Amino acid sequence: MNYPVLDQKDTRSGFGAGLLELGDTNPDVVALCADLTGSLKMDAFQKKYPERFFQVGIAEANMMGVAAGLTIGGKIPFTGTFANFSTGRVYDQIRQSIAYAGKNVKICASHAGLTLGEDGATHQILEDIGLMRMLPGMTVIVPCDYNQTKQATKAIAAHDGPCYLRFGRPKWPVFIPNDLPFEIGKAQVLVPGTDVTVIACGHLVWHALQAAEELVGSGISAEVINMHTIKPLDADAVVASAGRTGCVVTCEEHNRHGGLGDAVAQVLTSRKPVPQEFVAVNDTFGESGTPDELLRKYGLYPSDIVNAARRALSRK
Amino acid sequence: MPAATASAQDTITSLQRIASQVRRDIVRQVHAAQSGHPGGSLGCADFLTALYFHILRHDPKAWTMDGRGQDLFFLSNGHISPVWYSVLARSGYFPISELATFRRINGRLQGHPTTHEGLPGVRMASGSLGQGLSVAIGAALAKKLNGDDRLVYTLHGDGELQEGQIWEAAMLAAAKKLDNLISTVDWNGRQIDGDVDDVLPLGDLPAKWKAFGWEVLEAEGNDMQALLEAMEEAKARTGRGKPVMVLMRTEMGQGVDFMMNSHAWHGIAPNDAQLAGALAQLPETLGDY
Repeated sequence: MNYPVLDQKDTRSGFGAGLLELGDTNPDVVALCADLTGSLKMDAFQKKYPERFFQVGIAEANMMGVAAGLTIGGKIPFTGTFANFSTGRVYDQIRQSIAYAGKNVKICASHAGLTLGEDGATHQILEDIGLMRMLPGMTVIVPCDYNQTKQATKAIAAHDGPCYLRFGRPKWPVFIPNDLPFEIGKAQVLVPGTDVTVIACGHLVWHALQAAEELVGSGISAEVINMHTIKPLDADAVVASAGRTGCVVTCEEHNRHGGLGDAVAQVLTSRKPVPQEFVAVNDTFGESGTPDELLRKYGLYPSDIVNAARRALSRK
Repeated sequence: MPAATASAQDTITSLQRIASQVRRDIVRQVHAAQSGHPGGSLGCADFLTALYFHILRHDPKAWTMDGRGQDLFFLSNGHISPVWYSVLARSGYFPISELATFRRINGRLQGHPTTHEGLPGVRMASGSLGQGLSVAIGAALAKKLNGDDRLVYTLHGDGELQEGQIWEAAMLAAAKKLDNLISTVDWNGRQIDGDVDDVLPLGDLPAKWKAFGWEVLEAEGNDMQALLEAMEEAKARTGRGKPVMVLMRTEMGQGVDFMMNSHAWHGIAPNDAQLAGALAQLPETLGDY
């Protein structure tokens, strides 16, 4: 299966486009931002629907509580700030006022992971997927490109319950066809294969596709799964694919602890024990650099996925 | 202060009788659970009684989460749940007998209030301090978007004001001209580790709220007539482009002499003899649960 590059766009712009469409179609959708309206691409919504947009200033804890309160009047609030300030900085506010209280807040987080780039480790959160998936009732979604981020933004508005939507800063290949259906909690087998399963989320889905092409050249058939929903995880898809191939590689722009890899490992150990290799940041903080330099240095390149696949195959 | 008229005096007397029963409910709940927070609960018994039986425009039997067309109340200092549970039950949100389940397993009356078990009257979880004002702002913004002219009320502890999120929220409420919001503070000067002035002083509290852009009133929080007058004045100041703050001077443990004048009874339960001593000071006006 072939995925031509349709465009180069940032996933955050997919969020902005999706939010604007929601503004047009759903009068209950409101948006809040903590002084990063341009970075989050929320300015179009702000301009068109100023009465439904709340600039809260650099006060993320307050933003989470205000969003929770807005749900009580029947609103569907979308909060926007960087992933670091969307999770770690406001964990207790999310835990008590949103997750435990069961409020229908959509926490939308940009500039996640290493690909934030030059701003460095203070802003490159690599722990947010873990933080969010530990919260009971939280849906965690990490879409892979512009098109899918736009789809996911619209999908979480229709989903009743708290959601965490993680996306990023850099321009990135757009390769998901607009007509590929997006369903929360339903994995997408982008490339069928027989020798090794490569499960990825976010930006690394593109790297997984590239790795699969390279593996074909060595006579290795890799199945590539886009696991855009980390929670609830599509466990049946993991088990079915592992049954077909007998080994798994997980790929994420996140610490190897707490993220997609751990979620998949929980499924495999209990339902289909097969070798698993982890392509993830190896329990360290990031640093300043270009996104490409950082992905290479921290082991998230297509070649790293190829090597992990070979290791997994050798352990079968 | 001018003397109350005859009918106003009847209201005050009636509310005082309810407050006495609420105080009995508080100490009995905490005694039965052998845990909980009686001090702040007793200090706020007069305010919450006044709020639920006189001030709020609400319909307990038609309770809904979204509260359209109703005044809303958020308890930000969730640890004083015994007083809130008592006024909720006695104003009809759930059976009074359920007060016997306070802090019991499989119950709805959790140690700190929550929506998680579906308890009517509760719209937000609280306990981790400093979050309720933000939530109330969201609810007040939603009321404005919905064209709903009802008000949103909050209660906070004074120690709680040490949380930074309170001041983030204070700025936003003023910036958004949230004049459908009335917040109150249980200004008893005490917190777990001692006097607020010793733990972390709040400074000139009325001046602080004024500087943050709020209308500020001060009231005697354990004087029913003064409380009613202050809350009427607070309501009169809504709709003028500013949020309203009522700083209520209260006494932790008010109504039970040995629980007053100290922070000691912030979060401990009375034993059997102490319960008897407390109940002897609190007339049973509406019947114990």
